[in-house]
Amino acid sequence: MAQNIIDVRNLSKSFDISSKEPGLKGTIKHFFRRQTKSLKVIKDLSFEIKEGEIVGFLGANGAGKTTILKMLCGLIYPSEGSILVSGYLPFRRKENFLKNITLIMGQKQQLIWDLPPIESFYLNASIYDLDKFEAKKRIKKLSEMLEIDEELFIPVRKLSLGQRMKSELLAALIHEPNILFLDEPTLGLDINAQRNLRKFLQKYNKETNSTICLTSHYMKDITSLCKRVICVHEGRISYDGKLDLLLKKLSPVKEILIVCRSEEDVIKLENSGFSVKNKNKNEITINVENNSITSSLKTILNNFDIEDLFINEPPIDEIIGRVLIKKDYDI
Amino acid sequence: MISKLINRKVLTLLKVQYSNMLEYRVEIALWAISGIIPFFMLNIWTNNNLNESINISDIMLSRYFLCAFFVRQFSVVWVVFSFEEDSLMGKVSPYLIQPLNPFFRYFAQHLAEQITRFPFALIIVFFFFIFNPESIWIPNLGILFLSIVSTFLSFLIQFLIQSIVACLCFWTEKASSIERLLFIPTLFLSGLLAPVVSFPEYVKSWIYLTPFPYLIDFPANLLSGNEANISGGLSMQILWIFLLFPLFKKIWSEGTKKYTAMGS
Repeated sequence: MAQNIIDVRNLSKSFDISSKEPGLKGTIKHFFRRQTKSLKVIKDLSFEIKEGEIVGFLGANGAGKTTILKMLCGLIYPSEGSILVSGYLPFRRKENFLKNITLIMGQKQQLIWDLPPIESFYLNASIYDLDKFEAKKRIKKLSEMLEIDEELFIPVRKLSLGQRMKSELLAALIHEPNILFLDEPTLGLDINAQRNLRKFLQKYNKETNSTICLTSHYMKDITSLCKRVICVHEGRISYDGKLDLLLKKLSPVKEILIVCRSEEDVIKLENSGFSVKNKNKNEITINVENNSITSSLKTILNNFDIEDLFINEPPIDEIIGRVLIKKDYDI
Repeated sequence: MISKLINRKVLTLLKVQYSNMLEYRVEIALWAISGIIPFFMLNIWTNNNLNESINISDIMLSRYFLCAFFVRQFSVVWVVFSFEEDSLMGKVSPYLIQPLNPFFRYFAQHLAEQITRFPFALIIVFFFFIFNPESIWIPNLGILFLSIVSTFLSFLIQFLIQSIVACLCFWTEKASSIERLLFIPTLFLSGLLAPVVSFPEYVKSWIYLTPFPYLIDFPANLLSGNEANISGGLSMQILWIFLLFPLFKKIWSEGTKKYTAMGS
């Protein structure tokens, strides 16, 4: 039984935000009397994450996902509540804690722009107290996993975004952290680069049993990496649980597109009690509940002259989109 | 053991930053040239015979301003601007969660820049001596060593002052505007425009209580062979470092609690 590696209790975070009315009058007023208000962006969150889990944080822009990650890795100070990560209070930034974690933010780079990535890797290796031999070994291993080779010796400014992101990952993982905080790691990458990155993260998680906390607006990142998701809506958790359970609950039906040999069969199908979504000449789309897919298919294949059929999964972005705008999801 | 590890980290940082600075060698040469204010001041002083009022000969004055130029080359600090930019762009965030204070990076950047600057500064000194051969002198080894120590201490004082100001980025995003306020006393009281000895007696006694005369005036006097209270000057430099360092640590620890990681 895996142990809790992250334990969050009643966590809240407020920021002081200044506001200004538009126009010259507003500017003058703002100059003499600045109006600030405290904005609570994270409200009373509690959750645990087990060792080796990959958890996706989902939420609309400004929901508070990134703020949660920043508090978990100790970058910002919580206003209320407690966080324990690997037994440490993150904000104290104890050396052993920092050696155990990493934070990767899409588009934000720690590599030295004018030098080849290899220089930044050796620098990070010395910051994390790795000797040259160990650093070399890890760079070799990670560069093989990430499929980068020549890029290590080309100045960062000359690398493509995908190559840069891979190098960023290598720099962030050279100390082999147990906990990875990834904020939009695939942002701006093309489809192949996204897929490679996901493959790498899966492999890394499997090989090192590391815990991964991930935010992404690309649903493919979430569905292919995370079994568990935490949905955040206006600073509160609206859902915390298995992703497939959420999808099943929110989309209990699948669409079946049936191509019949004749229009008569389409009419027969329409009148045989199936829930019809739409029809067009010799094609008909029906909605079938997930738990009766097999029996429905048997009925269709045995009783109708079918040329072809397609089972369509509901578009996941649409389903998740519905979650993100709701306050609560009890499954 | 700890110091060995720190040394290894700092040495690696220094090596990497030096490689980085070499990418900017042309800019660094231009920065070195841009630091020739003391030569303009020398010209103003000698053309107007102002040195007579403070009993310094032309030769000693030209040596003083040459040393002021040299000390300035190795004590110039810009950490507040780097930190402000990194802070606003969210670049500080990855550094904050590494087991090394981000200011070590800036410190190494400055040292690396000084090493890169050194040959250019030497070339300027060489040309200065060509045009002013009467100013050529060779300081004795002891004085040279103490001058190097004093210049490094001057760099440390400036680095700490600017680091403290840089930490104000945690409260106000534009800490560099506060640095501008410090620029005025630095310019007038450090000895860059005029040796502190030229100030009226009652002003001088106040100036010597501030860190400014120990930034350029004291190391430049020491190196040029002008009158300098060696033990007093070095003690004051060390005292200022001891005062500023805990202040920096305190403001850093309070400031990071305020950090909002904006831009990232």
